[in-house]
Amino acid sequence: MKLIISNVSSVPIYEQIKQQVKSAILSGELQEGEILPSLRTLAKELKISVLTVTRAYTELEQEGFVQNLQGRGCFVMSRGSELIHEQLLRKIEEHLSEAIHTAELAELPLDELHRLLNILWEEKNHDELS
Amino acid sequence: MTNYLEVMHLSKNYPNFQLHDISFTLPEGYIMGLIGENGSGKTTVIKLILNMIHRENGKINILGKDNISEESAVKPYIGVVFDSNCFCEEWTILQTMKRISSFYETWNKEKFLSLMNRFQLDTKKKIKALSKGMQMKLMLAWALSYDAKVLILDEPTSGLDPVSRDELLTILAEYIEDGKHSVLFSTHITSDLERAADYITYLHYGELFFTGSKEELLSMFCMVKGGREELQPEQQKKLIGVRTFSTGFEALIKTTDRACFSGMAIEPVTLEDIMIFISRKGE
Repeated sequence: MKLIISNVSSVPIYEQIKQQVKSAILSGELQEGEILPSLRTLAKELKISVLTVTRAYTELEQEGFVQNLQGRGCFVMSRGSELIHEQLLRKIEEHLSEAIHTAELAELPLDELHRLLNILWEEKNHDELS
Repeated sequence: MTNYLEVMHLSKNYPNFQLHDISFTLPEGYIMGLIGENGSGKTTVIKLILNMIHRENGKINILGKDNISEESAVKPYIGVVFDSNCFCEEWTILQTMKRISSFYETWNKEKFLSLMNRFQLDTKKKIKALSKGMQMKLMLAWALSYDAKVLILDEPTSGLDPVSRDELLTILAEYIEDGKHSVLFSTHITSDLERAADYITYLHYGELFFTGSKEELLSMFCMVKGGREELQPEQQKKLIGVRTFSTGFEALIKTTDRACFSGMAIEPVTLEDIMIFISRKGE
């Protein structure tokens, strides 16, 4: 797996590690059951703080991408892409709930909200085609 | 997690300088940066840890043992690198090793010689003929050759070129890799610590300004930038240290205050920003 840390990026280093591990899992470069580099080895090689890597690995575990087994290492969890799909679904639900809430404030009926969604959807697809 | 170094309520009075109630702990397996402007008390803290000067108040434990009452038990655990050479200048490296290494029970001659090889130090050379970077590497190799558990470095990178500084950081990263060694590293070149340090202890005029993880310190503050006229009086009060110039201003703020500055450019801080603006606060 390739991990590149940018020093000029405004994205914190732990976030950079997280994103790259995630995309490696998504693309299939990292397979189920594969082991991530040990925390301290990675910190040494990238010359970054052990706590930074710890944070990245812990958050990856919380989000269900890897599993940390005490003393054995950090393993890639099964079917990462499905997990991501679930995560994205949850995010859509969150945003839609927010939209519903705002629609209520604006006293917008449901069919109007549907119509708005359709318009935005078509506009976006149209933009992408053109 | 065991604490390799515990400093508790440490105080020291000099006629013109007081170190006041300093406490911090360094856990096993991590690197801590000791930062602060010149004269903030970094070297005083290190001398107190090494029992080189008398402390007025407080307590220091190294691997759980008191650094004064159990000094001889504690010292073999500590390795030290100062900013200037502490070996006899007229001796060669080989002579130094032959004459002093027998004081160390756990001395590992093979390890020392292999480090000399790795650092490309000629053991037949006199200490005084070594460059500053080479002298630093010699002190470092020395500490590694008796397997010190805690490495204490006082301004090791001042006066070193970027190549030697990078080498030092590589060695430190290797040193703590097994999780059984810790490093206390005083410096005012904060870029050295920006990536490698896990914890930061920040002294300001003899007082403890912060101790904790580096990420925590960096997340406490933000930089805000904008035009001079944009700044409202109530915003002015929130600034911790500010630099104004003809076309605008930049200032350090607490991250919790960032909502008061919506519409202005807000950026993450570096350790250097924090040090510069905190010291400007008093002006």
